[in-house]
Amino acid sequence: MTQLLAIDALLIAACAWLAVGLAGLAAPRNLRFISKTLFPVGALVGLGVGLLALFSLGQRPETAVLAIGLPDLPFHLRLDKLTAVFVMLLGFVSVGISIYAAGYFRKGEGTAPGLLCLEYHVFLASMLMVLLADDAYAFMVAWECMALSSFFLVTTDNRHAEIRRAGYLYLLIAHLGAIAILLSFGVMTSGSGDYSFAGMRAQELSPFWASVAYLLALVGFGAKAGLLPVHVWLPEAHPAAPSPVSAMMSGVMLKTAIYGLLRVSFDLLGTPLWWWGVVALAVGLATALFGVLYSTVQSDMKRLLAYSSIENIGLIVVGIGLTLIFHAYKMEGLAALALTAVFYHCLSHAGFKSLLFLATGSVLHATKERSLGKLGGLIHRMPWVAWLALVGVIASTGLPPLSGFVSEWLLLQGFLFSPGLPHPWLNMVVPIAAAVIALVAALAGFAMVKFYGIIFLGQMREENLKEAHDAGPWEKAGLVWLALIGFLLGLFPSSVIGVIDGATKQMLGAGLGERVREQGWWMLAPISAERASYEPLIFLVTIVLSVYLGKQIVRRLYHGRVRRSPAWDCGYVFQSSRAQDTAEGFSQPIRRIFEPAFRMDRHFPTGRDEKPYYTVKVEDHFWHWLYVPVARAAEFVSKLITRLQGGRISVYLMYSFLTLIILLLVARP
Amino acid sequence: MSSVPLSAQLINLFASVILLMAFAMLAQRRVLPLINLFAIQGAVLAASTGVVAVTTHQAHLYWSAGLTLALKALLLPWILHRLVRRLNVKWDVESLINIPTTMIVGIVLVVVAFNVALPISQLSSTISRGTLGIALASVMLAFLMMITRSKAIPQVVGFLAMENGLFLAATSATYGMPMVVELGIALDVLVGAIILGVFFFQIREQFDSLDIRHLERLKDS
Repeated sequence: MTQLLAIDALLIAACAWLAVGLAGLAAPRNLRFISKTLFPVGALVGLGVGLLALFSLGQRPETAVLAIGLPDLPFHLRLDKLTAVFVMLLGFVSVGISIYAAGYFRKGEGTAPGLLCLEYHVFLASMLMVLLADDAYAFMVAWECMALSSFFLVTTDNRHAEIRRAGYLYLLIAHLGAIAILLSFGVMTSGSGDYSFAGMRAQELSPFWASVAYLLALVGFGAKAGLLPVHVWLPEAHPAAPSPVSAMMSGVMLKTAIYGLLRVSFDLLGTPLWWWGVVALAVGLATALFGVLYSTVQSDMKRLLAYSSIENIGLIVVGIGLTLIFHAYKMEGLAALALTAVFYHCLSHAGFKSLLFLATGSVLHATKERSLGKLGGLIHRMPWVAWLALVGVIASTGLPPLSGFVSEWLLLQGFLFSPGLPHPWLNMVVPIAAAVIALVAALAGFAMVKFYGIIFLGQMREENLKEAHDAGPWEKAGLVWLALIGFLLGLFPSSVIGVIDGATKQMLGAGLGERVREQGWWMLAPISAERASYEPLIFLVTIVLSVYLGKQIVRRLYHGRVRRSPAWDCGYVFQSSRAQDTAEGFSQPIRRIFEPAFRMDRHFPTGRDEKPYYTVKVEDHFWHWLYVPVARAAEFVSKLITRLQGGRISVYLMYSFLTLIILLLVARP
Repeated sequence: MSSVPLSAQLINLFASVILLMAFAMLAQRRVLPLINLFAIQGAVLAASTGVVAVTTHQAHLYWSAGLTLALKALLLPWILHRLVRRLNVKWDVESLINIPTTMIVGIVLVVVAFNVALPISQLSSTISRGTLGIALASVMLAFLMMITRSKAIPQVVGFLAMENGLFLAATSATYGMPMVVELGIALDVLVGAIILGVFFFQIREQFDSLDIRHLERLKDS
């Protein structure tokens, strides 16, 4: 074959990532070479991957067979449009994160830089292979590579016991999920022994077995994505990992799980049943509400973002549920609307959540502090990081004109059409979900105001924050890249929808492309211009103009000088910057209102305390309801089994003897 | 009974002697007689294999008969005798369960073994097929001896006696295993006995006794 196909080029890119990683092993302690040469090369490869995927979105599906693997069991690969959307996400987001990582890693932070470089690039390459895999075998191999490489990345700073614990929890749940996925694939082959995806598509499963496969896939991919109740690893692992790794895991790895869920429920299983959508909708809503509630009450900045990731994954799964419901009732136009919202939210979340995690990385390096209660006022010392983080925060809260607004708006548009469903209960119950989503969006706004306000605004809560410095040039470049993605997705939704439309068409046979293209690039009206439309540029212009004019008017009317003076001190004699609203205090109303949702452990000071202190510890109900009982049961059973080991040789011999006798008696010819 | 040829009668006789020896070992309390009984069992086994070899003219069976005689009737008992003298453990063997109970359990085992072996021996076409039940019974009796003894040397004797039973089963069901396998097993048994001998010294050095109940302390807690 003389012509180089896109899939071959992607394979070369995967090999290039692996080569970059191995090159890091050649000089594991040479930080300069690794960070200033290898990571930028990795970013270039990522750019190539993104552009290739963008190109292949307009092409026909391509397949390839790799000659590696077990004998007679080669790796099948396929690049179709669904894959291309997610590969594009991986490529473009990894560019920003790799550039940032070039400036981020320092000496003496756990794992040697060379090893870290290897793990990071293996992680990237295995995510690419997960997306390209076209048989269960290749998929699982890549999936496990991804889980293992990310495990080692999470435990980079393995000197701390809590980080090792977080890594262990992550590995445990990742494997639980992998088992569920493997079983799901097993059900889908329905005993034919053909583990290629093409073979699974050809199988006609009975509704019962199709449902079993779907539910197993939901559990398995849910464990990776952080769906309730297998989310507990996520708020532990994300704060434990170095920031570029958290960004990569939250921005991209969670999306591979979404990809898997989409692949199984729309592509491999054929026509869905309507209640699958309801299950996904319910789980997604519960996850979104849970995630956002917990993110509002966190006082560790990375943990707050991790819970916010749970919330966003919840929203994405809600979108998948809605798509499944519409698809099951053959309302393909609306299904396409919901699916577009899913893709859009995947892309926008990948952009803004990576941006925010990277921003926390810069703050962490500048201040050595993760706790919100000891930060504050950093916008004066770190203007670049602060303004770029503001872009991420606005996108994350779903405000126009940035990316988060478009996806959440599309999702709500989808919900507005759910009364048209031909099912008496669904068309009444599903709109309620829209109300919950509105609540989630509002609470997400609250969490983000807390995140941004306490870190960057106000006064510095600690003396040493005065020495904080802004991010270096590489870090700034990475943040700028991700912020540009946020702007691009927010300002040109019609063009973006036109690009990802191919994937929607491939999966549902319908898309928004034509309708959106007719209206031109400046405006987005997914159903019809009379019903609802959104012109992001008008929003941007309005916002910029009103801010500018407002500032000018104030300057003209007032005297135009900036004056700094102490705030009103309420009559207190001593006033320090510690008297500002704390992270705990800020979220206290939410904690009050939603009290049953939290498991709180509070200590109030009394009047007689020598050293009065106040603590509040918010814990997860699920940990005590689900995980602790399971762990206790496992311990109990293992204790019972330990009794078999009495230490007496005669008893051990007796076991074999009895087994022999029983086998002889039972296994008669 | 006249229809049964002499060779078959001889084989059955030897087989029953082997079973008798197995019971005798189960009942024997003292170490040196136990080893002697084991030697007799080995010799009878060799004789039985020899008879099968003469009757069926299988060349390799001569070899295995000779090997059995040399190894199980002479070499191993000699090694064990030396061990006992060197370790000075000639006193009585205490068993965990008292001897009469063990004998009753042994009888039950023989009944089970015969019943289990019946369908297999009907499938077989060898001259010595009737002895399969006896072979299985002696394997089980040897196993039982390993379970009920608390000292290390009787356990090793039980292990070796079990191998005797297996050998008898192999000859009676299929005229023996291939020569290579047989040589391998013979070597394994020899090496096993030597390694266990080394262990005995180690155990005694550690605990000042060969009572394997001391090993209970070795488990995970």
